[in-house]
Amino acid sequence: MLSFIGRSIVQKIITLFFVSIVSFLIIHLAPGKPSQVDPMNPKFTPEVVERFRKEFHLDKPLHVQYLYFYQDFFTGKTVSWKDNQSVLKKIWERFLNSLPLFIVGTIITWTLSFPIGIRSAIFRGRLYDRSATFISYLLISIPGFFFAYILIIFVVTQFHVPVIGMETFGIGETSMPHIFMDRIWHLLLPSVLGATGGIAVLSRYVRSQMLEVEGQDYIRTARAKGLPPEQVHYKHALRNALLPFVTMFGLILPGLIGGSVIIESIFSWPGMGRMAYEAILARDYPVILTVNFVSAVLVLIGTFISDILYLMVDPRIRL
Amino acid sequence: MMNIEEKTFNQDFQFQVPLAPKQTRLQAFWFLFKQNRLAIVGLFIFILFFCSALIGLFLTSGPEPIFDPAMIRLQEKLRPPLAKPNLDSLRPEEVPTLDFYLMGTDDLGRDVFARMLQGAWVSLTVGFVAVGIAVLIGIFMGGIAGYFGQYHIKIDHILLTFILVSGAGLVAVKLIHFGALLLLLGLGHILYSILTKKRSREKAVSSWSAFLSKNAVSVDTLIMRIVDIMLCFPSFFLILTVVALLPASIYNIMIVIGLTSWMGTTRFVRAEFLSLREQDFVAAVKALGVSNFRIIFRHMMPNAVAPVLVSATIGIATAILTEAGLSFLGFGVPPPHATWGNILSDGKRFIFDAPWLTFIPGIAILIVVLSFNLFGEGLRDTLNPRLRERH
Repeated sequence: MLSFIGRSIVQKIITLFFVSIVSFLIIHLAPGKPSQVDPMNPKFTPEVVERFRKEFHLDKPLHVQYLYFYQDFFTGKTVSWKDNQSVLKKIWERFLNSLPLFIVGTIITWTLSFPIGIRSAIFRGRLYDRSATFISYLLISIPGFFFAYILIIFVVTQFHVPVIGMETFGIGETSMPHIFMDRIWHLLLPSVLGATGGIAVLSRYVRSQMLEVEGQDYIRTARAKGLPPEQVHYKHALRNALLPFVTMFGLILPGLIGGSVIIESIFSWPGMGRMAYEAILARDYPVILTVNFVSAVLVLIGTFISDILYLMVDPRIRL
Repeated sequence: MMNIEEKTFNQDFQFQVPLAPKQTRLQAFWFLFKQNRLAIVGLFIFILFFCSALIGLFLTSGPEPIFDPAMIRLQEKLRPPLAKPNLDSLRPEEVPTLDFYLMGTDDLGRDVFARMLQGAWVSLTVGFVAVGIAVLIGIFMGGIAGYFGQYHIKIDHILLTFILVSGAGLVAVKLIHFGALLLLLGLGHILYSILTKKRSREKAVSSWSAFLSKNAVSVDTLIMRIVDIMLCFPSFFLILTVVALLPASIYNIMIVIGLTSWMGTTRFVRAEFLSLREQDFVAAVKALGVSNFRIIFRHMMPNAVAPVLVSATIGIATAILTEAGLSFLGFGVPPPHATWGNILSDGKRFIFDAPWLTFIPGIAILIVVLSFNLFGEGLRDTLNPRLRERH
């Protein structure tokens, strides 16, 4: 166990090192320079550009730039090229905005997809199962931005509530319940949209796990003993079908930082995804690289946690 | 003599009625596939989409297209679907081919039907080319990892690659003399090792060359680590970054989507190859002395292709969605050319006045992606050997 943990940590650190190199190379070798973002701006005289390049070490060779960047990164001194703010502080602020979306979206996904998946496994081949299957394909296939506009039209014309942004503009002076409801309405649509894909995929996965377990011999034995169907389904089958999902707690971790670029830009939600999008448009390399690095770290930690959880939950796996 | 013997031999075992119905692989596949109604609908829509994209390409391109997607009629803007054009205000060449706007017009008075036809071809090619690239890389990497995985890369190989790469890098940053020296050194070493290959086995091993020919890492581990590294990047964010940095062009999008989505195929092909490699028929072919190349492509690939086909079909759906998302964000095909994503993104400003500009491309994307997904799932069910045995 300990040797497994040690080995996988070393492996992940090596992977991370290569990720940092690859992302650095992708960004710096692509055509276009940060000093060329706005060539028409009269403030960008050649002298200013030259000073910029000096200040951010852009005149040095690539490997020196790499060392400079990660030195700054690990001492927490990376600053955005756009506004000279600390990148980590910027990311933290945006992260706090994205967090409610992530939490509500995850709760919606997990609370809806389990009942749906289990029911369609129990009623396999019946109308409920077939319609659930079709709707989940529909949800996987619908482009997020299109679905967002359908929901916006629906909510705005039926309920007459504003939904764009984090709160209604200039709401400051109303009572607490008002502000609270306003926040809820603004939170609801983007998190539902973030959850749709997840619900579709996860409920299909729950269904197939459940079906696999229902085909096992011990379920037939339980039925043959004359146990009531509820007990067979929920006590014997479900418990065993839940096993792989414990590990998925680790795998939702990367979703924390990814956010959704498209959904956040439709709803003008000042979250992580939108910040990354703006950073890409402005060629703000430190922000892009930091977001990339942090999300790679989260992916690696997520797989690590899910491996460990699997080891703890499933006694059949021994190293 | 042989011939006669064979005939009599055959006659002994000839039955009047064959034991099993004669079925080719394709017939058996079609028999199973036919029972999945959703998948049939998916296949039908897919063929329809394919034909309309092809016809659309002919009708909307060329110097004198039949449907001109770029024709601007400012006096006819935001007309609803099926509206008749106001013939008095149009010059003869501006009158739409069908005499009415089948899908309405957009904010510049361009015919949405013509633009949708033009966009269909973009979606189709992006889907197929991106997935084609991903599948080629995936099969190549997965095949190497699965078939040659047990071989080890030796330290001198790594040093050699390092010398060659740094030499090329130095030439690229204009340190030509030093870089060329390194390149020559590397190439010289390759030539030398090819020439002395036969003798090197009997050579006495000094401690220095023993270190150089030490096994560093197996091919399998190397490729799987590369896959792990690629999986660490958040995919849509990576695609967005690269597409935003590169000049806007449809080919860049295809290549970038292809280069960032080959990891799944690699894993499937590797897993299949690892199990196929140990099977008796591969051992038999090896014993016959068939070349590796022929074993891989003639004997192992047809048996490993099922999961690749399924993931490719679903990959096309994902690629179409990704391209639409990129166009929606304003990256992608440069403006005069229409894609479904940028029709929708242009139309979103008029969502309450001209909802057809949002709904027509949105529903088109939805239907095409849905058909690919349904077809792919149908393929998965049909090609699943566990299911096949039941019939």
